[in-house]
Amino acid sequence: MIYALPFLGEGFLVTLAVSGLVVAGSLGLGLVLGTALAFGPRWLGLPIRAFADTARAIPLIVLIFTVYYGLPALGANLPPFWAAVAALTLFKTGHVIEIVRGAVGSIAPGQMEAAKAIGLTFVARLRYVIFPQAVRRFLPPWINSVTDSVKGSALVSLVGVVDLMLAIQQVIGRTYQPMPLYLLGAAIYIAVNATLSVASRRLEARFARVVAA
Amino acid sequence: MEYHFNFTIVWRHSWRLWSGLALSLQIALASLGIGMVIGLVLAVAYTDGRRIARAAIAGYVEFIRNTPLLLLVYLVFYGIPSIGGFAYDATTSFIATLAVYAGAQLVEVFRAGFDAVPPGVVDAGLAIGLTPVRNLLHVRLPTALRVSLPALSNAYVSLFKDTALGSVIAVPELTHGAQWINFNTFRILEIYALLTPIYLVTGWIILAALRLLERRFAIARPA
Repeated sequence: MIYALPFLGEGFLVTLAVSGLVVAGSLGLGLVLGTALAFGPRWLGLPIRAFADTARAIPLIVLIFTVYYGLPALGANLPPFWAAVAALTLFKTGHVIEIVRGAVGSIAPGQMEAAKAIGLTFVARLRYVIFPQAVRRFLPPWINSVTDSVKGSALVSLVGVVDLMLAIQQVIGRTYQPMPLYLLGAAIYIAVNATLSVASRRLEARFARVVAA
Repeated sequence: MEYHFNFTIVWRHSWRLWSGLALSLQIALASLGIGMVIGLVLAVAYTDGRRIARAAIAGYVEFIRNTPLLLLVYLVFYGIPSIGGFAYDATTSFIATLAVYAGAQLVEVFRAGFDAVPPGVVDAGLAIGLTPVRNLLHVRLPTALRVSLPALSNAYVSLFKDTALGSVIAVPELTHGAQWINFNTFRILEIYALLTPIYLVTGWIILAALRLLERRFAIARPA
């Protein structure tokens, strides 16, 4: 099983790459759209809300297949890696929009009014008043969603991207020893996700102390 | 775009979608049922048990919650028969996997439910002479279950969406039916344009029905 490690290592790098791209993309898109949903006009917020609810309501595997099989039919010919990353990013953006909405919405409206009263522009209001306070309520659930991204990245193996999951299956195909390899793969995923969970719980505890004080 | 929509071919095979939908709902229900038993037993063991039990249960929950469901599905379907020497069919294996998966999540839900029972009520039960087991059954459990109802509704809808992963081990559920139609008729956009609303509408209907049930039975904060 040791000889399989370099091969699994390559798959692990692909998993990290997919997760990293998805987290970065969904964070950027989600922040923008979530802020627009929280502070923007109704006609802008409704389609964003509809998108977020739809993205969260369908299974991730269905979304990946839809993007992977459907985009070529519409003319766009993405390689499997980018199609899968796009699908995952759409899915996680829905989650991030919800988290941003919750974090930003939990801040007293008086803060925004006070910031307007002292003459800050919209961007300055967000940057100096709202976001610093919202970060505390945003980070713990967002780190959980990063964990979900890492777990969801396993599904890209179903469209042929050689991530850790598919690397495990390829090694099993040659060694016919499923259990040790599945357990090793589980250990690797747990190592990544448990680290994130512990960080999230520590952050939550730290922020709870600050808020209580 | 040179794609011509043709739904008639899809309607001819649509029975696969409806039978798959029924199977998905049944799988989700069975997994939720077994998962509730696992979750309840482990939650009680966690709340009332010793440190070793708590550590073991925490280990189990962390293991299930931090690994991808796909890996768990493969582990149970391909891995366990290889060391156990027996084999089972895809649906049974999938229900077992989802039950274990749901069990891990429901341990947390029921732990919170049991914590929501006011300690005064628990003490009162013991004071009137109920044995701890009877106290658990008649005093703590009803309140814990009613407090947990919203989370159970969400768990059921979430499990229904997770049944889509059964398609990778050929459980004849909804997504697998859609894949079959996709691979055999090549009507890609029609089938996924049909599949997405099916998941959406079914999820909404289930959630609305369960919310009605919650209004009747659920309590937010026990007196």
